[in-house]
Amino acid sequence: MHPRIPSPAILRQTPSKLPEAVEAALACAREHEDLGAYLTLLEERAREQAAQVVARVNAGERLPLAGYLVAVKDNIAIKDVPLTCGSKILDHHPSVFTATAVERLERAGAVIIGKTNLDEFAMGSSTENSALKQTLHPRDISRVPGGSSGGSAVALAIGSCHAALGSETGGSVRQPAAFCGVCGLKPTYGRISRYGLVAFGSSLDQIAPFASTCEELYPVLCAMSGADPRDATSASAPVPSSQKLTEPDRKLRIGVLRDYLEHESLAPDIASASRDAIERLRSDGHELIDLHLPVLSYSIPVYYIVATAEASSNLARFDGVRYGFRHPEADELSQVYDLSRGGGFGPEVRRRIMMGTYVLSAGYYDAYYNTALKVRRVIADALLDALSRVDVILTPTTPSTAFKIGEKVDDPVAMYLSDVFTVPANLAGVPALSVPWSDDSNGLPIGLQLIGKSFEEEFLLRSGMILERLRPTT
Amino acid sequence: MNTNYELIAGLEIHAQLSTSTKAFCRCPNRYGAEPNTLVCPVCLGAPGALPVLSKEVVKQATKLALAIGAEIHLHSRFDRKNYFYPDLPKGYQISQFNHPFATGGELHIAVGTSVRPIRITRAHIEEDAGKSMHLADGSTVVDMNRCGVPLIEIVSEPDFREPEEAGAYLTSMRELLRFIGVCDGNMEEGSLRCDANVSVRLRGESELRERTEMKNLNSIRSVERAIRAEMQRQIQAYESGGEISRQTLQWDDQSGKLTPMRAKEGSNDYRYFPEPDLPWLEITEADIDCERELLPTLPAARRKRYREEYGLHEEAVYLLASDRAISDYFETLLVDGRAPAIAAAWVQGDVQRILNENAWDFTEFPVSAARLGGVIDAVEQGRISRNAGRDLLRRMMTDTRSADEMISAEGMEQLSDATALRGIVRELLERFPSELAKYREGKTKMIGFFMGQIMQATKGQADPNSSREILMNELDHSN
Repeated sequence: MHPRIPSPAILRQTPSKLPEAVEAALACAREHEDLGAYLTLLEERAREQAAQVVARVNAGERLPLAGYLVAVKDNIAIKDVPLTCGSKILDHHPSVFTATAVERLERAGAVIIGKTNLDEFAMGSSTENSALKQTLHPRDISRVPGGSSGGSAVALAIGSCHAALGSETGGSVRQPAAFCGVCGLKPTYGRISRYGLVAFGSSLDQIAPFASTCEELYPVLCAMSGADPRDATSASAPVPSSQKLTEPDRKLRIGVLRDYLEHESLAPDIASASRDAIERLRSDGHELIDLHLPVLSYSIPVYYIVATAEASSNLARFDGVRYGFRHPEADELSQVYDLSRGGGFGPEVRRRIMMGTYVLSAGYYDAYYNTALKVRRVIADALLDALSRVDVILTPTTPSTAFKIGEKVDDPVAMYLSDVFTVPANLAGVPALSVPWSDDSNGLPIGLQLIGKSFEEEFLLRSGMILERLRPTT
Repeated sequence: MNTNYELIAGLEIHAQLSTSTKAFCRCPNRYGAEPNTLVCPVCLGAPGALPVLSKEVVKQATKLALAIGAEIHLHSRFDRKNYFYPDLPKGYQISQFNHPFATGGELHIAVGTSVRPIRITRAHIEEDAGKSMHLADGSTVVDMNRCGVPLIEIVSEPDFREPEEAGAYLTSMRELLRFIGVCDGNMEEGSLRCDANVSVRLRGESELRERTEMKNLNSIRSVERAIRAEMQRQIQAYESGGEISRQTLQWDDQSGKLTPMRAKEGSNDYRYFPEPDLPWLEITEADIDCERELLPTLPAARRKRYREEYGLHEEAVYLLASDRAISDYFETLLVDGRAPAIAAAWVQGDVQRILNENAWDFTEFPVSAARLGGVIDAVEQGRISRNAGRDLLRRMMTDTRSADEMISAEGMEQLSDATALRGIVRELLERFPSELAKYREGKTKMIGFFMGQIMQATKGQADPNSSREILMNELDHSN
C-alpha cells in the first residue's frame, strides 16, 4: 500500500511536506488505476502548484486551503486541460478558461491533482455511462461507485486527495458519497458559481464538494462560495466564515420524512440504519418530528422533465461545427449535425436529449414542461414549508447501497430511482448533505442525508458532525 | 394592381444597440473588425461559459421604449429560442418570448400630407447571431464577431395599408433610433434590419388571410418594393383561384424577386423555454425616470415647435429635426435670441452646402454654434455683408478664431458711412460717363453694373443697402 497522505491540517502546519504529499497522492492514484477514478492526472501541473503554494506560505500568505489536494470532476473547466465530460463528442478538447470554483480553490492554496471520471455529461447514477472509462467501487470491484460524480468519490475514498469536486443536478454527489462512504454536500443553488461547469440542467446544477469529514469539507465550501460576476445566477448571500467547525451549541429539531423511511424501494439494512440513527439522535437529546410530504413522490418525473428539457438545449452546442468530434463521413450540414451528434453522444445522453426535445415540443409543452414547472414549485414550497418548522430534515441518502455493475443499465427508470431521495433538494434549491453512517450486511457504506435551509450550509455541516459523532463504530 | 384588395402588412425591425460591449459578455460591439477577432468563451458558447446581461443594453432598450411610448415591464424574462445553424454557436438564441421588455407604443408616420400613428406590438431584447458567408466555391464560412451583439426587436401591428407606409415607418424609426443614440441605423452594415409580414384581403373583409414573411429587406426602398411584389403575387394567386401558404420568402434586391427560403434545420418549432442562466430582468421606476430625464426632445415635438412657434417652412422643419446633432446645433444658435428663420437659413443653406462639398457628416463640421452665431450677428448688425459673412464661415474651416476676432484683425468691417460711400459713387459716375448715359436712356440694369463697381472699389466691404440707396439717389439727382 502507498503511504497515506498526511491530513490537510498537518500539511498546513508543515507546508514543506506538500511536494512529498503530492507525489504520494499521484502514486496512490496510479496504484489504483484499475478503479478508473481519474481520466487525467495533472502531474506536472500539481507539482508546480505545490511549489507555488509552499512559496506563497513562506512569503507569509495565509491560505485557508494550503495543504488540500483536490480532484476535480471532468465536467469542470481548467484552462489548457482537456475537458471531456466523459464523452467522445468533446474529443479531449482543452478548455480555454478555468472555472471560477477552481480558480478560487487555487487562490486559497489548494492543489488540483487530476480530473475524474463521470457519467457522460453527468447523466447517470453509476458512472457506467462514461464513454471513456469504467469506474469501480473501491470496496467491491463488481459494483458501481454511484454517479454521476463516481470518479471523484472513488478518488477521495482511496485516499488520493483530501477533497474532490463533483457536480449535482439530482444527487450526483450525495449518491456516490453514500455509496463510497464519504461526505458530499450539495450547496444551495447559487452558492457556488457555475461558471466553468458544463451545463446539464442549468436551473438545478451546482458544483458540489466531497471530503472525508464535515470539518474537512467546510473550508473547501467556503473558498468556493460567493457571488461571481460571470454567473448571473450566483447568489450574493453572505459567505460562511472559515473558522473551525463545531457542533451546534444547542439541541436540534430534526424532521424525519416518514414517506422515505417507509418507501417501497428502501433496502432493509438502510431502513434499520435510519431507525438506529433516529434512536441515537433522540438519546442525544434532539427532538425528532415526523414529516409527511406526499407531493415529493412526484420529484423524479418532474426532475426528468425539467432536467432533460434544459439538457436538450444545453447540449445543442456540441454540433461538430466548431470543436470536438465531427463524423468523418459528414459532407453536408445536416450530416454534420446528425452523424456527429448521433455518433458522438452515448445512448443515455441521446435518450435525454430526445426526452427533453419532446417535452418542449409544440403540442406537448403544456402537458409536460409547463406542468412540471408548476409541480416543481409545489414540491419546493412543501419542502421549504417543512424546513421552516425544523432545523434540518433527515432521510436516507439512497434507497440501496452500491449496486452491481450492469444491474440497472437496461432499466433506465430503475436507474433514475436511485436518486429518489436526493432530487427534491435540487428541485427546491436547498442545500443537502450526505454523511456516512454505517455499513450494510455486505460491508457496503450506508449514507444518511440532512437537508437544510437555503444558504445555511454551515449549520448543515455542523449538524452533520452530530451524525459523525453518533455513528456506530465498526 | 387589382384595387379590390387591400394590403395588411406589419414590420419587424431588428436594431443593433449602440453599446460598447456585446449583450452578454465583455467583447467589444464593433462592426468591421477582422473576422472572429471579437470573440470570447461566452459569445462562442464554449462549454461551461455563462451569459451575464450588460446594464448598458437595458439603458438603451429603456430609451427606445420611452421614445415610442411603450409600457416598460418592470419584470421581463429571457427565453431560449432553439435551432441549429452554424452561425449560432450555442444552438439557441437568447431572446424574450413570453415576457418581453416592453409592449405597446406607437410611431407617427407622414405619407403625403397626412400624419398617422402606427401601433407597436412589442419591443424585446435579444442577441444577434454570427454571419454566414457563402463563398464562390460553394463553401460557407462564419464570422462570429456579431454573435451576442445586442438587438432590440420592434414588432409593429399589421397597420400598413400601402407599401409606402411601411417605408415611411422604417424611415421614421431609423431617424428616431439615431436621434436617441440607440442604433446607428446603418442598413448596409446590417445594424438595422427589417422583416415584413404581408397578407392581402378583399376590401370590406374583416378576417385576416394567411400571411407570408419576407426577410432580408436591407433598405427602405427594398421594403417597399418587396411588399409591393408580394402583394401582387398574393392577389394574382387569389384571382387565379389559388391559395397562399404560410412561408418565409427571401427578397433579392437585384432581380426584384422573392424566393422561398430553405427552412431552418428541422421544423419551425423553436421550443422556447425560460433561459435558466439569467434571472428575471428587473428594472425600477427610478431607472426608467433616470433614462427619461436623459432623453432628448424627440423629432416630432421639435418639428411641431419649428413649424408652429418658429414658423419655418416644411423643408427646414424636416431637415432641422431629423438629426440630433444638427437639431441641437440649430437650437443652440437660437439661445442668444437670434431669429429662427435666419438661423435656419444659415444651417440649411451655407452649413449644409459645406457638408455636401466635403462629403462630411455633421459631426465633422468644425465650426461651433458659438462661432457661426458670431458670423450671423455681424451680418445682422450690418457690420459685414451677407457675402462677407459667407466667406468668413468658409474661412473658419481652417481658422479657429471667432468671427469678431477675424473681422477686426482683417479690417472687414463693412463700409456704411454715407459720406464716404457718396464720394465713391460720384467718382464712379464720372469714370463711366457712357454707362451713366445708358441708364439715363432707360437701361435700369446699369444699376447692377454700378453696384458691382462699388463692391470692387471697396473690396466687397460696402454695405449693399446703403450703397444702393446712395447710388439711386445720385443716379436720379445728379447731372
